[in-house]
Amino acid sequence: MTHEHKFYCKDMVKNLNAYIDGELDNALCGEIEEHINSCSNCQVVVNTLKKTIQIYQSDGRETKLPPEVRKRLYASLDLDDYVTKD
Amino acid sequence: MNKENPTQIDLEALKRKDKTAFAQVLDQNSEKIYRLALKMVGNVQDAEDILQETFIKAFNNIHKFEGRSKVSTWLYRIAVNESLMVLRKRKDHVTEIDAEIEKDDGDVIPRQIIDWCCLPEKELMSSEARIHIKKAINHLSEANRATFLLRDVEGLSTRETAETLDISESAVKVRLMRARMQLREALTGFYSERLTRENA
Repeated sequence: MTHEHKFYCKDMVKNLNAYIDGELDNALCGEIEEHINSCSNCQVVVNTLKKTIQIYQSDGRETKLPPEVRKRLYASLDLDDYVTKD
Repeated sequence: MNKENPTQIDLEALKRKDKTAFAQVLDQNSEKIYRLALKMVGNVQDAEDILQETFIKAFNNIHKFEGRSKVSTWLYRIAVNESLMVLRKRKDHVTEIDAEIEKDDGDVIPRQIIDWCCLPEKELMSSEARIHIKKAINHLSEANRATFLLRDVEGLSTRETAETLDISESAVKVRLMRARMQLREALTGFYSERLTRENA
């Protein structure tokens, strides 16, 4: 990431996780947002990082327990009578 | 079942090996454990074995569960350990969860600055993209993968992830950062090609 606020970009990377997770205090968060608005590189990194996480979350939500796997699981625990979802 | 809060697990009933309580634990957690196992090991047969083994071990050892953490956290912990056992059988080197974190932080420096967020959803989640999404997560070290899956996919807090993996919260943060940045780089490599195609 090369541009005139080089040091601040490094600082940005250091705080990226906490920023994305909303764990920063208001003052630092505001500073970062101000930086993002003036630094297109950091803006791209933040956006693509958020999107990356969303993609894995949505891929995860689509992963369902197949009904036959559920049945075999309950059977392996001798709980066949309790299978409630198909 | 706890009558005041039907979603709350009755620990005493579990310890009595009450089948209704066991079934309630299964209902609430089997999909989560299957998903974690599948994403950890990448194949359905192994994921099913891990799923069964996790609950068999949990129910056989229910007397050891002290109730200081959530039942789900305890199950996740067993499932991660089972997943690591499967992976150890497959390959020579598996990064242990509590392994010292490498000092080199080259993995967290963004290298590719290309904005692919504008790609349409059908491109982002195409069948070709899904293969790449899976490949990218399989390339993470086991420790970073487990951290990312628990924190970002299963939605555990930093503290819960640390408890599950028996590592410090700061280690969770470092591992999570590395995992997220490596995945971002991998997806950027893939989607930027799609972007070039779109714009051609």
